Amino acid sequence: MTNPEQTQHVQTHAIAVRITHWLMALAMLIMIGSGWRIYNASPIFGFSFPGWIVLGGDVDTALARHNDPGVASGIAWHLATMWLLFASYVLYLFWGIVSGHFWRDFLPVRPMAFLRDFFAAATFRLEHRLGEYNAVQRVFYWGVLALVALMVVSGIAIWKPVQTYPLEVVFGGFQGARIVHFLGMSAIVAFLVVHVTLVVLVPRTFVAMVLGRAVQPEPQVETEEYL
Amino acid sequence: MMLDRRRLLRGGMSLGSLTLLTGCDLSDTDAVQSMLAKVSAWNDRVQAALFSETRLAPEFPESMAVKDFRYNAWYRAEDAPNLKAADYRLMLSGLIADRKPWTVEELYALPQVSQVTRHVCVEGWSMIGKWSGTPLKTFLEHIGADTTAKYVGFECADGYYEGMDMPTALHPQTIMAFRLSDEILPRKYGYPFKIRVPTKLGFKGPKFVTTIYVTNQRPHGFWTDRGYNWFSGL
Repeated sequence: MTNPEQTQHVQTHAIAVRITHWLMALAMLIMIGSGWRIYNASPIFGFSFPGWIVLGGDVDTALARHNDPGVASGIAWHLATMWLLFASYVLYLFWGIVSGHFWRDFLPVRPMAFLRDFFAAATFRLEHRLGEYNAVQRVFYWGVLALVALMVVSGIAIWKPVQTYPLEVVFGGFQGARIVHFLGMSAIVAFLVVHVTLVVLVPRTFVAMVLGRAVQPEPQVETEEYL
Repeated sequence: MMLDRRRLLRGGMSLGSLTLLTGCDLSDTDAVQSMLAKVSAWNDRVQAALFSETRLAPEFPESMAVKDFRYNAWYRAEDAPNLKAADYRLMLSGLIADRKPWTVEELYALPQVSQVTRHVCVEGWSMIGKWSGTPLKTFLEHIGADTTAKYVGFECADGYYEGMDMPTALHPQTIMAFRLSDEILPRKYGYPFKIRVPTKLGFKGPKFVTTIYVTNQRPHGFWTDRGYNWFSGL
């Protein structure tokens, strides 16, 4: 790419990326919050999520309204928002492939570069360059995209265990699919924590994802920031 | 001090992008409930299209059937209806040619099949059991029900009510279950019979059935009136 802006470290995001990013972000928050409410109806492990953080309605209000403590609303949110998540995810994948976004920005992923950037990041020595994804980001973005696919497939196995019967066998049965779905959620939440933390540390990435463009402010000093 | 910090943390969380996820969320507003109901109706259509009248729910070896099946209702087992064979009559109504009431003895004399299938609860737990009884299709044909109608509905002695689409009612594994684990259906599980539908969530199978009707108007359901999805297919 002979984009002159690249030497100035400019981060740009196409409108398709921004729209699908924020739709997926909204869908994921709703899926996680409502998923926690559904989990609470029959916990797999020895804990429940606190009532104030799950999505499905205040228990007393829901009881007064439907005579149901909010599980129904939790499920309704989940089975409505799955379409939003799926649609925005497919649109994003489609755009990433046809526009070349994936090949241009997410590849190559080299194990040595990942290790180098990972240890640099872990010791707070990795400088974020706007307009360029480091190897850790590339691996994380591929990872979370794969996790969403896992959530869709394990979710189908849970929603339609008869119509898609052999599918659940891959996950070790219906209850196995629930566990995989839960672990996938946990991994996505871990990704979101890291992702949001890094955005807080480099707020211009947020500006770029909202407005489509952000420029690195300081005059560029070429140093060996990668050690 | 700690309390203040926690309150601050909670306040901060609910002000941010997590507004939707807090306890006092938007779920119980009219607009949200109406939107969710619309998507739920769309999901009914998707599920009806996915449903196959010939695709069977998985059946399991009899050794996997749970003997002490989980009791599940919104009331305690000792408060379950205590129906007596001498007084019980199954009433029929709607689009049915022969609406003569049925006694327990007559019902139990119908041809029967057995299935070892999995009950999947909307809450997420599941349990394999062995049920025996008459395919609902056999009974509907026997009583001259209009099987071109859209729905079959059920009313129950415990105040429960449910209904299902005709394709599911005619599915070979949808049965009037007279026995659980080879025993006459015990009182708490719905004596004299329950509807067992392995292609739907557990709550779509009513217990203590006292009326069966055939209709073109979609029947209400006890839990679906409380916001659960109507089709609830598996």
